Amino acid sequence: MDVAFGLTALITLAGAVAAVWLRNLVHAVLALAVSFAGVAAAYLQLGAEFLGFAQLLIYVGAVAILIVFAVLVTRGGEVPAGGVHAARWWVGALVALGVFAVLGWAASSLGDRRAAAEWTPMSVAELGQSLVGRWVFALQVLGILLTAALIGAVLLAWREEGNDSGTHLGGGES
Amino acid sequence: MSPLTGYLVLSAALFATGLAGVLTRRNAIAVLIGVELMLNAANLNFVAFWRYGAGGPDAAGLVFVLFTIAVAAAEAAVGLALVIAVYRHYRTAHVDEVKRLRG
Amino acid sequence: METWVQWMWLIPVLPMVAAGVSGLLPRTARGWSAGLSIGSLALSFVLSVISFAAVWQSGGERHLYGFRWFQFGPGAFGTLWLSWVLDPLSASMLVMVSGVGLLIFIYSLGYMAHDANFTRFFCFLSLFAGAMLGLVMSNSLVGLFMCWELVGLASYLLIGFWFQKPAAAAAAKKAFITTRVGDLVFFLGLVWLFGNSGTQLFYDNGSGCLEAATLNALVQQKVWWDWSLSQVIGLLLFAGAVGKSGQLPLHVWLPDAMEGPTPVSALIHAATMVAAGVFLMARVYPLLVAGPEGVVQPVLMVMAWVGGLTAVFAAAVAVAQDDIKRILAYSTISQLGYMMLGLATGGVAVGVFHLLTHACFKALLFLGAGSVIHACSEEQNIWRLGGLRRWMPVTYVTYGVGMLALTGFPVLFSGFWSKEAILHATHAWPVSAGPFWLGLAGVFLTAFYMTRQMVLVFGGTPRGNVTSGSIHESPPVMTVPLIVLASLSVVTGFVGTPAWPWLQGFLEGQQAILDWSRLFGADVWGLAAISCAAVFLGMGVGLVLYRRIAAEGVIQRDPLEQLPAGLCPALRKKFWVDEAYQHSVVPALAWLAYWCDRMDRWVWAGLMRLAACVTLVVARLSQNVDEAVVNAGFDRACEGLRLQGGRLSLWQNGQVQRYLAFVGAAMAILVSLWWWGGNR
Repeated sequence: MDVAFGLTALITLAGAVAAVWLRNLVHAVLALAVSFAGVAAAYLQLGAEFLGFAQLLIYVGAVAILIVFAVLVTRGGEVPAGGVHAARWWVGALVALGVFAVLGWAASSLGDRRAAAEWTPMSVAELGQSLVGRWVFALQVLGILLTAALIGAVLLAWREEGNDSGTHLGGGES
Repeated sequence: MSPLTGYLVLSAALFATGLAGVLTRRNAIAVLIGVELMLNAANLNFVAFWRYGAGGPDAAGLVFVLFTIAVAAAEAAVGLALVIAVYRHYRTAHVDEVKRLRG
Repeated sequence: METWVQWMWLIPVLPMVAAGVSGLLPRTARGWSAGLSIGSLALSFVLSVISFAAVWQSGGERHLYGFRWFQFGPGAFGTLWLSWVLDPLSASMLVMVSGVGLLIFIYSLGYMAHDANFTRFFCFLSLFAGAMLGLVMSNSLVGLFMCWELVGLASYLLIGFWFQKPAAAAAAKKAFITTRVGDLVFFLGLVWLFGNSGTQLFYDNGSGCLEAATLNALVQQKVWWDWSLSQVIGLLLFAGAVGKSGQLPLHVWLPDAMEGPTPVSALIHAATMVAAGVFLMARVYPLLVAGPEGVVQPVLMVMAWVGGLTAVFAAAVAVAQDDIKRILAYSTISQLGYMMLGLATGGVAVGVFHLLTHACFKALLFLGAGSVIHACSEEQNIWRLGGLRRWMPVTYVTYGVGMLALTGFPVLFSGFWSKEAILHATHAWPVSAGPFWLGLAGVFLTAFYMTRQMVLVFGGTPRGNVTSGSIHESPPVMTVPLIVLASLSVVTGFVGTPAWPWLQGFLEGQQAILDWSRLFGADVWGLAAISCAAVFLGMGVGLVLYRRIAAEGVIQRDPLEQLPAGLCPALRKKFWVDEAYQHSVVPALAWLAYWCDRMDRWVWAGLMRLAACVTLVVARLSQNVDEAVVNAGFDRACEGLRLQGGRLSLWQNGQVQRYLAFVGAAMAILVSLWWWGGNR
């Protein structure tokens, strides 16, 4: 357990807590980006360089920006009058704590399965080989999934001309 | 504490934080932020086990993470589109005001 | 080469997939369906040609590939194999089937253009093509039988394609049931072969059922007199071939099958499917000849006689038919008889050579007939046609080429060389001279009926209701396949001439050497002179009898009616074979069915009624118990459930987060419970 790991863990967790806690959504997203960057640092420490950079590009770069856009479109930047947390927020917090207790308990009772010396780093070329070799079918399916998600997202967010309220989600609020 | 345990505990904490966000925040986008955190926790688990687990010289852990990242991107896109659609319909992005599933 | 064999499954699977997709397409997707079918078959054709080239390159070696399909029992006996073979026989059949099939597919584009069920037609055609290709490359009894039945199914579907016509529906049923008779026996043969050899594979690196070790074991077992087991099994298999290839007792379905669209007649009932019986015999040929050296096996004698008799019988019937397609149908039966005869007396090469040449020129003739029918508003009676050479020059010329090839006109046409090979083989047959004279008589009759048909349809002046104004040459999509097939009908003959017996050498795994001197040997031309004389005699008689009649422009009486007493009606009525079946087999079956019905009604039904009464009494009792005891309790339980359900539903507040919280808490509790339970 070295200093680098401690620092990474601290940044990641702090970012995550801030992302959940902060009242202003724009700030929350920025904290989220910090947390993502922390996870990327953890990947680098684990020896998964490619994943680390992918994490930086996709999460910090793309997903965070996407969320910011959504926040702006739905005017989430304004802090609402009723508070940002649910009325009975302590129920959720309690459940989360319980889950953490269970998971942490499981993790702490688990030792290393092999010595660090046994591990050999994996090059990007090898990773790519296995991606288009053994996992090629999953890769194809993923491609289809992404295409479908893209089309679905566009359709969902399509603003109907002249009918701003939209009817495709059913009637009014009950 | 061994390195594996360290990463697993970090991942568990990340997961619990995300879960807390999903359960307590009112804004749908904030819920989505929590989901992203939980996904990252799962990814961290994959990589930790790939590095310190009992598996052979196999890229499965990394490939799984790559796939999760791609699926998460799709999820984020669709989820945000849903949020926008819900916002347009209900004039709110707060999940506790959307309760047509009430029994 | 080895890797190539692994990919050969694509050849039959491509058209099958096309059939499946076409089957799902809507009726309006005509272009898609046709494009898919033709494209996939074209691809299969390319692959077949590559396979052929691969075999040729390797000098006729046999290559196998197979895998376990199902394991339904212990050991090799309980394993179902899917296997295919690439050898000269399957390669040449693949090229023939996919090539001729492709041309007929293209032709169908024009012929079926006005049909409402165009999509269905191409779906069935593709199914047929896939099954036929699978049949010829199959290496296992199971695969062969499956494809065998699939082509039968496709044939049934396509004969009955215009099922709104009662004749077509009846013909489809007749074809299916008649071939089923042969298939039953065929299946018995397969099962016996499998049971005794313990393998379903034809070739399996020494342990297949067509290889020496197994054959020796089969020859050792005597069944009766001097018939060894291999001969009996061969006879059973031959029965399947008799049904499929329309040999003598089971030929009745093939002329009726002409009710289907003409491209179907050309593809299935002339070029490929009916030849499957001949192909089967060629495939199992090692089984048929297994036995002591220098002895002609009894099965081969049966085959030779059946083939020879069929050849003459069908040719004689064809002489007196009036329907253009029916004449060709009987001619097909007769030619299939020749193939069997050649196979029995001369071996695989002779029979298959005629199979390949016949596929080209008979497909050509049928497509030509289709072109005529298409042009003359569905008129099929040759007495009401006539003089068509003026309006349909392309059809006329190509049909003439096909006709000359079929009659075996000397030197230039493929039919001559393959028929010569068969006549030579029968002449050299040590057992009997009978088949040779039968074959020669068939040659004379063939020349006569083809000349009769040709003169009446294309020569002279138009008769009947066909007005000359409406007759037109068919579109290029139909004439181009005709031209290609016509050139093939000429060219295919030259790969098997005595001077350069390339095909024979290829099929038997030897190198063919060009040797012109063989062509001029006395034994070649001595026989050839006799058969040429028969051809010229037949054509001469035909010309003399019909040329004047054709020129007169009114419907005349057939000069055949002046034949000695009773012969003409016998020919007209196809020797009353259908009627004989109608008065023997059919009443016998009807009688059997009647008695089965009686048994059902009185004996079994009585028992059933008794059982039903007992059941009713028990049911009454059970009902009373139910209503009084069980139902009351059940009603109360339901009441309670509804009450509790109403209370439970209050938990649902419609908020996603609440649900998620439940899920999370439940997960935590479950995992800790499990952990606690596991550690205790």
